[in-house]
Amino acid sequence: MNTSSLPDLIFTILFFFMMVTSMREVTMMVKVQKPQASQIEKLARKSCTSFIYIGQPTDMLRGQYGSGTRIQLNDRYAESNEVYDFVMADRASMAESDKPFYTVSLKVDHHTPMGVITDVKQVLRKAYALKIVYSSDKRKQ
Amino acid sequence: MGKKRKMPGLNTSSTADISFMLLIFFLTTTSMDTDAGLARTLPKPPEDDQKNNEMKVKERNILNIRINKDNYLLIGNDYATPEDVKERAKEFIKNEKNDPNLPELLPTKIKYLGRSILTTSQHVISVQTDRGTDYGVYIIVQDALIQAYNELRDEFARAEFHHPYEFCSDDEKAAIREVYPQKISEAEPKKYGQAL
Repeated sequence: MNTSSLPDLIFTILFFFMMVTSMREVTMMVKVQKPQASQIEKLARKSCTSFIYIGQPTDMLRGQYGSGTRIQLNDRYAESNEVYDFVMADRASMAESDKPFYTVSLKVDHHTPMGVITDVKQVLRKAYALKIVYSSDKRKQ
Repeated sequence: MGKKRKMPGLNTSSTADISFMLLIFFLTTTSMDTDAGLARTLPKPPEDDQKNNEMKVKERNILNIRINKDNYLLIGNDYATPEDVKERAKEFIKNEKNDPNLPELLPTKIKYLGRSILTTSQHVISVQTDRGTDYGVYIIVQDALIQAYNELRDEFARAEFHHPYEFCSDDEKAAIREVYPQKISEAEPKKYGQAL
């Protein structure tokens, strides 16, 4: 059996996966060291989840933006009231069947003051994005 | 000269294996990226006309946990450390000795069990933070509260169904959740002493 095309085939699949996964990833503009928790649940569906990153700008961007806590939506910094439009746009782009499962994952650095998070939470309530996940790492007991 | 020139043989039979390995590497690393965390449901936004019409809850049914901007904890009226939260919460939710300062025990009819059980169905645990509170401390407290609920549910499952909560059927789990409903309130934000 001629298997000479097998490597090409596999490489094609490989490139496909590399592209798909890199497309999902957002370049981190904030430094996030997630808090640790023991009672965590895995996110049910990644396809119906929006991510909000909150933390200090990364070392590279610190010179430009200072060290104040920032909210990152997609690939830019935003204010807390912009979360409303972000959530609305993200949810609107989703399939109708996914909308009841819409979840917002908050990836927040553990040194962030609660004030910022409270502001974001109030905006999320207004946008009726009531399911949230405080993203955290597994703590060993 | 009509002789065919032989192709120099380069052994490529291992390319498939190498690319397979790369493929598997990418598959595993990307799937490991699954996100996990503490799931919460926020309350619905307050309607304008019922802003001041907050639900009245009896004082004994509320456990207030306050965290100030220096990350000090106040449970009820006592100073506490994050390690105390779980035990205090368990004691509060369970109210084994029917303490008049802890939430009232009300008989709750549980369909699945076919009988009524005394539960503290009216209890509320409220976590209040300052704007300056560290998110890390907040998560520790939230985690401890969820742990308190999970341990109580597990204890009940062992006593009632003789196996741990995670092995319960969906009906059993629903019944246990009726006995120990998770009631952690996301309190409306308030500003206490803010640093100038």
